[in-house]
Amino acid sequence: MTLAQTPPVAAAARGHHDTGERVRLTPTAGVSLGVAVIWLSVLVLLPLAAVVARGTGHGWNEFWHVVSSRGALDAIRLTVISSLIVAVVNAAMGTLIAWVLVRDRFFGRRLLEIAIDIPFALPTIVAGLVMLTLYGKGGPLGLDLYATRPGVVLALLFVTLPFVVRTVQPVLMALDRDVEEAAASLGAGPLVVFRRVVLPSITPAIASGAALAFGRAMGEYGSVILIAGGLPRTTVASQYVYGQIQDGYLADAASVSTVLLVISIVVLSSLGIFHRRQVRRG
Amino acid sequence: MADNAVLERPAVAGPRTRGRETRPRSARYIRRAVAVVYVVGLVILPVWIVLWRTIRQGGSAFWNAISAQSAVHAYQVTAIVAGSAVVINTVFGIGVAILLARYRFPGRRLLDVLVDVPISISPIVVGLALVLAYGTTTGRFGTDLAKAGIHVIFSAPGMVLATSFVSLPLVLREVLPVLEEEGIDQDQAARSLGANAWQRLIRVTLPTIRWALAYGVVLSIARSLGEFGALRVVSGDITGQTQTITLVVDERAEQFEPGAYQLSLILIAVSVLCMVVISFVRPGGQR
Repeated sequence: MTLAQTPPVAAAARGHHDTGERVRLTPTAGVSLGVAVIWLSVLVLLPLAAVVARGTGHGWNEFWHVVSSRGALDAIRLTVISSLIVAVVNAAMGTLIAWVLVRDRFFGRRLLEIAIDIPFALPTIVAGLVMLTLYGKGGPLGLDLYATRPGVVLALLFVTLPFVVRTVQPVLMALDRDVEEAAASLGAGPLVVFRRVVLPSITPAIASGAALAFGRAMGEYGSVILIAGGLPRTTVASQYVYGQIQDGYLADAASVSTVLLVISIVVLSSLGIFHRRQVRRG
Repeated sequence: MADNAVLERPAVAGPRTRGRETRPRSARYIRRAVAVVYVVGLVILPVWIVLWRTIRQGGSAFWNAISAQSAVHAYQVTAIVAGSAVVINTVFGIGVAILLARYRFPGRRLLDVLVDVPISISPIVVGLALVLAYGTTTGRFGTDLAKAGIHVIFSAPGMVLATSFVSLPLVLREVLPVLEEEGIDQDQAARSLGANAWQRLIRVTLPTIRWALAYGVVLSIARSLGEFGALRVVSGDITGQTQTITLVVDERAEQFEPGAYQLSLILIAVSVLCMVVISFVRPGGQR
């Protein structure tokens, strides 16, 4: 279905069953485990620890000084606000699109279905070029969103489009229509049916989709840089970190990265909560 | 929001019901229109414009752009880097999936959580992390590695690490649910009949997971070819040396050099190919 669906959601959507039977480690398995843990440490854990160590290495005051400096704070603020907008727009539009894909039948629905996956399939820099071409200077629509904040949000909306659609769609498909019909036959209007019957079942899916979109938007780089240009006004957090790296301020880059890492971990753990809730609902 | 169920309900005579029936239908058209306009404006139109501009610039511009020396070199770099990362992640993915699905050991849950961490981290932070760990002058371990003659950052090893990092759990997450659903009976039976670990992997495990594995590998290929941010940091983005296709696209786009659209078209074609392969692998195999 989806290219690069994020793991917890993919698992939830597929509804797989863990048989729970497991045996003790054999010698071969033990060696494999050792190799896997070493690789995970070399590739992921040690480097990330190095970021946190470098970012907070000069004490809390210095960390705070770097993070609250003009450029860093502006970049973090722009990124958080844009990502929140993106999460909210996705929650609404993603649910609407999922609904239309599941419940509506019309000419071109297949094309719509395919188009939803395009943003995940495209390399981010190509996505950025695509957005710049249509919504940048000299685009055919006459809009010039180059180096503007709406341009940044638009690029983020592009790359995060599939998240909510693809988390809500399977839940909506599995929904029992009898309950809705029963509610309607008892006199509930369409809005009431949606709010009281449908929405409670799909809320965890909407929330986890929106959280995924938020997390992706917070760290996004490739798709944003072309339309954001290089102006301080439209510099997102990852772009700011890249600039600091280029200028040789690795410690400052590490401090801002630590903030981004903390946000990623918060989003990841909130996903675990949504996921468990979704599973409990069956 | 309205619903079809209301429309399908047997109509009861009376002006009030009729009024109610028309509203859901128009609401349905409005929903449909909003969804279509949003997706067309955000995805279909932009992609179409890029295709159209590429076509309008003509065949010779296309050929020049994709056969330029920087492009050809970038294909080679991309193939080496993405290819190595996919192989590493496939081996890692199958191995860890087997461990998580079949064995119990202290820290199993923690390992299960940790392997998902890379995918949610900003690619720039990934790049910085590798530079701080393995940079020749900047890294905690890089200085010692440099003394041993191993240069990680600004060369191929670092680029492979960066690409492996961002696509680490893709194979694992496709394979693991299949293995968990399958249980351990077959593997245990094979073992009691005297099959060693390698034989069990080839004869029992791989046939079970082949479709999920194919799907995961295609996902990894697509993700690895498209990686940009992390590679930009660790590769140093050196023209003609450490540039992958995505880095060349960026350079051409930012410097207003010709050929960004044409190279993008190559990447779009590969992405579409991956999507097509996935749509074939998916429904037939797993369910």
